[in-house]
Amino acid sequence: MAETPAIRVSNLRVMRGENLVLPDLSVEVASGRVTGLLGPSGCGKTTLMRSIVGVQIVAGGTVEVLGEPAGSPALRRRVGYVTQAPSVYGDLTVGENLAYFSRVVGVDSARARETAALVGLEKMEGRIVGSLSGGQRARVSLASALLNEPDLLVLDEPTVGLDPLLRADLWQTFHSLADAGASLLVSSHVMDEARECDDLLLIREGRLLRQTTPGELQVETGEQDLGRAFLQIIRDAPSQAGQGAGS
Amino acid sequence: MSPSITLATGIRVLRQIRHDPRTIALLLLVPALLLTLMKYVFEGQPHVFQQIGAPLCGLFPFIVMFLVTSITMLRERTTGTLERLMTLPMSKLDLLLGYAIAFGILATAQAVVICLTGFGLLGLNAPHGALLVGALAVLNALLGMALGLLVSAFARTEFQAVQFMPAFIFPQLLLCGLFVSRDEMAPALDAISWVMPFTWAYDALERAVSPGTLDGRIALDAAVVVAITIASLALGALTLRRRTP
Repeated sequence: MAETPAIRVSNLRVMRGENLVLPDLSVEVASGRVTGLLGPSGCGKTTLMRSIVGVQIVAGGTVEVLGEPAGSPALRRRVGYVTQAPSVYGDLTVGENLAYFSRVVGVDSARARETAALVGLEKMEGRIVGSLSGGQRARVSLASALLNEPDLLVLDEPTVGLDPLLRADLWQTFHSLADAGASLLVSSHVMDEARECDDLLLIREGRLLRQTTPGELQVETGEQDLGRAFLQIIRDAPSQAGQGAGS
Repeated sequence: MSPSITLATGIRVLRQIRHDPRTIALLLLVPALLLTLMKYVFEGQPHVFQQIGAPLCGLFPFIVMFLVTSITMLRERTTGTLERLMTLPMSKLDLLLGYAIAFGILATAQAVVICLTGFGLLGLNAPHGALLVGALAVLNALLGMALGLLVSAFARTEFQAVQFMPAFIFPQLLLCGLFVSRDEMAPALDAISWVMPFTWAYDALERAVSPGTLDGRIALDAAVVVAITIASLALGALTLRRRTP
């Protein structure tokens, strides 16, 4: 981690409604790696990701992304964000969605087709997004964020609802993007996926429990199964009653 | 702001509508059918049909675009596409003007159909030309679009957005002078009507379909409509937030 981290979060505090979702979070995410953001539903993963892409109103602390304050205009060309629910136009075809987002981020139609192929949608460009399965729709949303090859990709549960084969393909895609120099922050509540990541951030109730790697986690807990390893860490950590609800 | 992104947004909105042919048919045909219905309802009082039907040719696009825009924008907010756009290199003006292009084109098509029906088939009179009514109809449609964009920020669900139509449009329709001349209303209502966008839109139309010479007043009405449109778009831009709670 000698070079500048892709993301530097310092003393981040976020309220959503009445809930203190992130009380005081500090973490750095290395560049050029696939970092998994793992934790139970409602632990603050989405809120942290929203703060990183600059769409979340924060109550305190700072978030720096690729050396600039989160949400600054220069980052809009360099950061890709995929929300948990697919944020694409259901009443347009796959090709029309990609054509529109290509124009917005300034890439050509050849790149749009290439991106469709990257997520396995090359034969579906004429299909209306609303008529696709949940997993296919999620891939349209993912493809829209990959169009301009962003330096940082923030992906909120991108593999939910996908079949195992496709899931394996996507993890491979994520790693080839990281090999090409991109940084990825990928959230999941499925612990199986931890082994696909280079680095791991384990979160519970808005607090960082561990920053580790799959190998270190296995050594620390003596568990081969990462799901059980995470459970062990959670059980050992003291709970902060009354805090950290929301997502 | 980027002309290429603005144009792409306009095309995208038009493509969304194109995929919904039933909506296009409703947009184009329903006003013409209502106008036809009105002609035969007022068969015994043709002067009433002229008095109400002629200005309505220019008011329908306002009502329809208000409704269509507020729901399209609400969907953009609830499906997360607005949030995505706000993380991309796109200015708020690109989005608003893109909507204006798309709905401006749609409104023009609607105005052509309703004016052809009203002034061509149904025998309504446009002493200063149906083209003037059509042009005012497009201006009014853009006003409806701008107000629709603005109020969509205050609706959380499509049910609420639909209810804004009776809540927001009906009082204006009643107070604008279309059914009862404003000087015959309770003085308080007459005073209120002055600050309602619809009143200015109607006043211009009423002059456009009445005999006699046109004076500067119709230009003033049109200018007020344009000014309210720009002000609503500016307020609407304020409701598009890059950061949300």
